[in-house]
Amino acid sequence: MTPLIVLEAGACPLPLDNVDTDQLIPARFMKRPRSDGYGQFLLHDLRQDAANPACALDQDRFKGCQILIAGRNFGCGSSREAAVYALADFGFRCVIASSFGDIFASNAVKNGVLPALVSPEQAEVLLAHQGIAQGEPLHVVLPDQQIRFGNHSVDFSIDPVWKTQLLNGWDDIDMTVSYASEIARFNQSDAIARPWAHPSRSAAQ
Amino acid sequence: MTERAGSLSSRPKTLIDKIWDAHVIVDREDGQSLLWVDRHLLHEGSFHAFDQLARRQARLHRPDLTFGIADHYVPTRNRDTLAPEIKRMVDQLSDHCASHDVTLFGLDDPRQGIVHVTIPAQGLTLPGNIMVCGDSHTSTHGAFGAYAFGIGASEVAHVMMTQTIWQKRPRAMRVTVEGLLPEGTSAKDIALHLIATIGADGAQGHAIEYAGSTIRALSMEGRMTLCNLSIEAGARLGLIAPDDTTFAFLRGKPFAPKDEAFEAAVRAWRSLRSDDHAGFDREVTIDAGSLAPTLTWGTTPEQALPITATTPDPATILDAARARSISDALDYMGLEPNQRLDSISIDRVFIGSCTNSRIEDLRAAAAILSGQRAKVPGLVSPGSTAVKLQAEAEGLDRIFTGAGLEWVDAGCSMCVGMNGDLVPAGERCASTTNRNFKGRQGPGSRTHLMSPAMVAAAALTGRLTDVRTLARGTRP
Repeated sequence: MTPLIVLEAGACPLPLDNVDTDQLIPARFMKRPRSDGYGQFLLHDLRQDAANPACALDQDRFKGCQILIAGRNFGCGSSREAAVYALADFGFRCVIASSFGDIFASNAVKNGVLPALVSPEQAEVLLAHQGIAQGEPLHVVLPDQQIRFGNHSVDFSIDPVWKTQLLNGWDDIDMTVSYASEIARFNQSDAIARPWAHPSRSAAQ
Repeated sequence: MTERAGSLSSRPKTLIDKIWDAHVIVDREDGQSLLWVDRHLLHEGSFHAFDQLARRQARLHRPDLTFGIADHYVPTRNRDTLAPEIKRMVDQLSDHCASHDVTLFGLDDPRQGIVHVTIPAQGLTLPGNIMVCGDSHTSTHGAFGAYAFGIGASEVAHVMMTQTIWQKRPRAMRVTVEGLLPEGTSAKDIALHLIATIGADGAQGHAIEYAGSTIRALSMEGRMTLCNLSIEAGARLGLIAPDDTTFAFLRGKPFAPKDEAFEAAVRAWRSLRSDDHAGFDREVTIDAGSLAPTLTWGTTPEQALPITATTPDPATILDAARARSISDALDYMGLEPNQRLDSISIDRVFIGSCTNSRIEDLRAAAAILSGQRAKVPGLVSPGSTAVKLQAEAEGLDRIFTGAGLEWVDAGCSMCVGMNGDLVPAGERCASTTNRNFKGRQGPGSRTHLMSPAMVAAAALTGRLTDVRTLARGTRP
């Protein structure tokens, strides 16, 4: 995973609440291997409706933007990591929103995408800002948990564990493997504490 | 988290704490814990994680605790002739499971069905288990007092390789429901009412424990419906302390402990309840007696109202973002402000999904439809092959087909449309499913979520209907 420390990039406003992962990538596109690239499917169906704010993704001034700004409950719904693949493959490294679906936020971090949590008021300010709408870049500074633009700055929240993982580009699996002896010890004591916990195969078909 | 991690064993614990504490392998200083995973469930969508395994040239660590189920993409008709891209998805799962020695409930297996229907029915969901699956509705298994949650593909790959998962202890929310459920209401109405009350993000960062006399009176089917929908309130999971109803369900199930081992397990499971005076970060109470049949009108499960209500009017909403959401949802759904919900015509119905496709759900719908004709077409997809056979033994299939509805095989079907069971663009569907998101049942589809009885009532009249008004006229 590529570390993320400071991001200076354009930000695309998506003034919508409850953007669920079915919107981020409709289910019918998820049969493909990741190597095909998922970026083209990002917000696919919303972008078919010319009146939908998601069409901003197709505007020239947001070309190459790496930050998405949305309302509350971004990424709610299905656990599909393909929603993050679509964002990442489109080029996004950061989503700013006033709340996130728990599973989405976790998936985002695992793919090096920063879920930056701001207050509902701050989200409205960012969504309504003229400069941002014109394509002015934002500076997202993860060590300081700050979003800077023009003369403004907005603080954001992020789980400290996720922050460390993003800053270092750490991978969970390597870390877990280093605990192999602890896992083995747990298994020994757990077998005594919870003998019923395993599937019983004795009368299984 | 730090406060609780350092708690003494004498301190009252919630059910959530008890299961968590029994699974901690390592507590890291940053607040993350490495947890043991008792059951890992895979489906056709798990191929991303298998691909990650292949890239690392790794093996699946504990095939004995891993089960594969074909459900998301399986056809519900003509299973002998699969469309090429469906066949590829189903075969891919079979191949992956075979090469990693994972037990598969495949397309032709009598145990096939929706993962959250068939796994509990096999006795694989046990109280006190930690269970994960790359599917957000894994919260369903909380009905048995299991700590069960949905994860993404990277986490699925992690569990495949290590049988563990890193988690931060969630905050605890208790939802207490007291009293008798009124006529025409069920677990679905409790859930929709809760989500409408606290919001689709109301329980973010929390695990919910459902408690109270109403919950204790629910069948396992009802408890599964309620826990299933916890994710739609934003919760990581929902669970219910196991009791005699739970144990009676599990006794004799294929993968449950047998004989003396079962009795010993029950003795251990009886301690899986929140201690008196255990502290919760948040408490919500619901008076069951105040509930009415509830359904969604909009494009998020929080946009739910009693059937006696009218659609909201964005002009009367002060909060600009909320007014915008309501206006957008009304527009997508083809509805006007202040429209009576029971005046809205529908085009079709769907009865199925991991939320409401169990035998009790089918019986509830059949009780309304019995001997009558539906005014609109519809699909009934039982939650598993076993549920299908049970329903046919009870004659429920003939009630559905006699009403003009299609009786098909088991799978996720029209809840998510991955297998091609779709609601055509612009059509309105009364559905027993879990998500009314834009396009969820197919591009341009319009979904109203409600209980099986309410879907049956809508089928009979061709419009959204208060099942209580029908019940007086048509039920015995």
